[in-house]
Amino acid sequence: MPELNLTSAPAHLRHGSSIGQPLTRRDGVLKVKGEATYAADNHPPGMLFAVIAVASIAHGRVTSLDVAAAKRHPGVVDVMTPDHKPQLAIDPEIKTNPFVFRMEVLQGNEVRYANQPIAVVIAETLEAATEGAVLLAPRYETLPALVGLDAGKSYVPPVVGVGNPSENHHGDVAAGLASADKQIDATYETPAQYHNAMEPHAIVAHWNDDHLQIDMPTQGLMLSLARVAELFGIAHDKIHIRSPFLGGGFGSKGLMAGPPVLGIMAAKLVGRPVKLVLRREQMYGPVGHRAPTRQRLRIGADAEGRLTALDHHARTVSSTFDDFYEPAADASHTLYAAPAIRTSHDAVRVNTGTPLFMRAPGEATGSIALESAIDEMAWACGMDPLAFRLKNYAEVEPITGKPFSSKALRACYDQGAARFGWAKRSLRPRQMRDDAGLLVGWGMGTATFPALMFQAEARAAIRRDGTGAMEIGAHDMGQGAWTALAQIAADAVGLDIDSVNFKAGTSDLPDAGIAGGSAHTATAGAAIHSAGAAVIAKLADLATNDERSPLFGAGNTGVIARDGRLIRRDDDSRSESYSEILARAGVAEVEARGTGAPNPAAMEEYAMHAHGAVFAEVKVDPELGQIRVTRMVGAFAAGRIVNPHLVKSQLFGGMIWGMSFALHEEAITDRRSGRIMNANLGEYHIPVNADVPPLDVITVEEHDPHVNALGIKGVGEIGITGSAGAVANAVWHATGVRVRRFPIRIEELLTQR
Amino acid sequence: MKQFAYVRPATVTEAVAAAAQPGAVYLAAGTNLLDLMKGNISRPDRLVDVTHLDGLDRIERLADGSLRVGALVSNADLAYDAEFAKAYPAVAEALLSGASAQLRNAATVGGNLLQRTRCAYFYDTASRCNKRESGSGCDARDGENRTHAVLGWSDRCIATHPSDFCVPLVALDAIVEIEGKNGRREIALDELHRLPGNAPERESALEPGDLIVAVRLPPAARGFAAHARYLKVRERTSYAFAIVSAAAALRIENGKIADARLALGGVAAKPWRARAAEDVLKGVAPTADAFQEAAWRALTDAKPSGDNAYKIELARRIVMRALTLAAAGTPARIPALPASPFASTSGAIHA
Repeated sequence: MPELNLTSAPAHLRHGSSIGQPLTRRDGVLKVKGEATYAADNHPPGMLFAVIAVASIAHGRVTSLDVAAAKRHPGVVDVMTPDHKPQLAIDPEIKTNPFVFRMEVLQGNEVRYANQPIAVVIAETLEAATEGAVLLAPRYETLPALVGLDAGKSYVPPVVGVGNPSENHHGDVAAGLASADKQIDATYETPAQYHNAMEPHAIVAHWNDDHLQIDMPTQGLMLSLARVAELFGIAHDKIHIRSPFLGGGFGSKGLMAGPPVLGIMAAKLVGRPVKLVLRREQMYGPVGHRAPTRQRLRIGADAEGRLTALDHHARTVSSTFDDFYEPAADASHTLYAAPAIRTSHDAVRVNTGTPLFMRAPGEATGSIALESAIDEMAWACGMDPLAFRLKNYAEVEPITGKPFSSKALRACYDQGAARFGWAKRSLRPRQMRDDAGLLVGWGMGTATFPALMFQAEARAAIRRDGTGAMEIGAHDMGQGAWTALAQIAADAVGLDIDSVNFKAGTSDLPDAGIAGGSAHTATAGAAIHSAGAAVIAKLADLATNDERSPLFGAGNTGVIARDGRLIRRDDDSRSESYSEILARAGVAEVEARGTGAPNPAAMEEYAMHAHGAVFAEVKVDPELGQIRVTRMVGAFAAGRIVNPHLVKSQLFGGMIWGMSFALHEEAITDRRSGRIMNANLGEYHIPVNADVPPLDVITVEEHDPHVNALGIKGVGEIGITGSAGAVANAVWHATGVRVRRFPIRIEELLTQR
Repeated sequence: MKQFAYVRPATVTEAVAAAAQPGAVYLAAGTNLLDLMKGNISRPDRLVDVTHLDGLDRIERLADGSLRVGALVSNADLAYDAEFAKAYPAVAEALLSGASAQLRNAATVGGNLLQRTRCAYFYDTASRCNKRESGSGCDARDGENRTHAVLGWSDRCIATHPSDFCVPLVALDAIVEIEGKNGRREIALDELHRLPGNAPERESALEPGDLIVAVRLPPAARGFAAHARYLKVRERTSYAFAIVSAAAALRIENGKIADARLALGGVAAKPWRARAAEDVLKGVAPTADAFQEAAWRALTDAKPSGDNAYKIELARRIVMRALTLAAAGTPARIPALPASPFASTSGAIHA
């Protein structure tokens, strides 16, 4: 791959720092011109095409594959099956660490879910491989499929999400409910949702003797590399992964899934480079998805509208062969100041690919139920939904009693409500109409997402020509890491952004941690910040210890780095350029490494979350039940905003997904076969442009001295929370019909006229 | 994908001969066929590409006041033909409410008539489907069927015809011109699509080799231009098929309905002409009561085929609304959100 040729930025307005500037994305022109190299754009010489054959049953066993017919097809080179495949170094069923999930890599004939890979056809052309996969004409021994939230006996999983206890409580919920003046008891359902990133999972794998070259979109370069190393029994330094761009990740490309492993196996089997790209419908199975939930909320409030208890139970599903549990009820831990809170989960096993991370796992599903229930409680108390939320504003984290590291939610409520015009809302539903007679409804939801930090490392250098370098194996999923992290790098080494050679996206660079949990900018940014400080300290050592330097004697703490110069902190007139310092010292460059990591002491002391408030307007046709979102305002407080332009885009995307959650998205599973009947973008509905209303995002100022050195909280996932509930609540306000099954469908609004 | 022969005949006669062979199918824009081939639902041996045939891409005013639209005219070109949209506004509105802008640019008039159902069980080759494989059974019957047919279905098949375009066309008595092995013939569009009965695999009145060369709107169709609408309820604003749609066209003289046309989409295996409803409207004033009566008449024979009883009530309401909108008069411009209940919402941008 040629060096990335990122756009030389137009002269951006600068006010002393790069952080905080709304730079346009530096990879934008490359992408618009089609010159950004995504994984599947790589075509090494001699490359073959691999196509996966997938199971059309959800449970049973493959009894035969017509391998001979596939091999007879012109262009087919080989067919990889459980009986004909390279051996792996370890059993893929072994979970070597908590972030390893079981995958299907032809280890047997068992079928555990529909769309499970059962063979791989490798051919000279994509067309030949595709037809070869059809000619396999698998036969099965079919067993009854477990489908749906009532598929079997439920059990309490040991943990939900990533290591969260499945049950949690604070205070006496039973007493709180018993003492309440008003109670609600409501059950909400959310459907299975599947990953539909524009770029499906893809890999180009190329074995060179014992060296393995991989082009693959990944949100976790080092996690993927480690998993490939253990599966194939090769050393880390024999593997090189390139992932400069992802066409969306959303959690599906964080951990190594089965299909890319099959691509590596296929390349090994045939001794040539192999490309394997999932077809759209093959995304609905082996690469994780959002599990369906059924959530029961019981809430009590006193005569003044103060919560007395909040009980949130979530039923979800996991696969028959692995464990991941959508932590939906945990959404009730942080937002509302109930003196008694209980959250609990149970689950049933179904024939599905293991559900995994999907943008705001737990928070998204939990938020729509919690925000709907809070809205129902406000109505039961005869209170405005915003007033009710303010009445129950949590000054400390309700479930733990910890203070917040920062929490500008009140400002989010104020600014969002003012921008939206919330004060004019009628308390009662079905009161507002527009000039055309359409029902108008206003709803709101509170947004929240934890401010997480992972581990990362970065390498910084200052060169004699006055330029800098920053290297970190960070991931740009479309969120703008090439730009935002380069902004942090520029400030870290005291240079203009165009004078810093920022490298990311390959596995030979320092580990940036996983791009997930909305923590990538914070984590990688902290490492970059620290590497920059370290390299500047080295440079300062050279200058302040050299009596020929105007900075001699200033000491490390006595200089600041700005615009390619070290400047004496107490005397602006005494400074020296990086080039002058390095030239006189006779060194080509100085380099240093830095790390980013969570601060356990701060985490022990503080609850760390981003917050927001989302307001939505919908219009509903009173007779036909068709819904249209006409306006959304979101006000979010997420610590320091590195790039307001990119952050707004992230929040827009989240708000649109929230709207999609409330009104559109749903995988339709045949209740008998367990097959997904709408595994394509024509029938699995997400909003089109014409569905998306004018969106207004306010980023509320928030300073957080505790979350990390840069005060960044992350914005990748919070936008979906709050938004889904706001739309659902607006539909109720428009119609007076409370729909508790999502997405809201037309038939549910036809019940009254 | 299965390997296939590709032929590009020079004349209609050659095309008909080539397509009459077993395993041959016509290829126009391929907006439906190629998806069917990629998914192994259709596995033709031979594609007969008709896109280069001369003379099939014209919109012609005939001397008797008919309009003749060549089978290869694209949906977009037809919808944006100003004269066409003025004379047959409900047809233009239906066209613009279908698929997406990209698909409309490619899709053709002839192809639209022959698009296949969107029943998920038809597309899922692991499911039983009498339409795809005669006699195999119908997994939709007891499956996920909230969008399936409420009129004209049989135990063998509950699929619907997905076209928007055909709904106002059938209301306006459109005629299909067909070139076949025995020369040219024409049939009413209403007779082109078949209800499933015992043979859902037979979807149309076409015989092997038959090529639709044009669709003709008879002279009387222009008479409804002042009061014609298409209304479509769907689950997103663009790129979604109708749950239920309706085309309503009225000829109003001296405050009375002189003639009425009504057809429903998304409710049956064919665009559903509601003649009984039309009859109750003729000669009466365009009042809410009359429309209500028509809506009931239109759905008299409806019955749910699964979890879709709501479609019957929704269809009544859509008929009522479409007639109300038609009576109010065709808008001077096609709305920014064509056929949408939100057509009048300000600030909407084009779907």
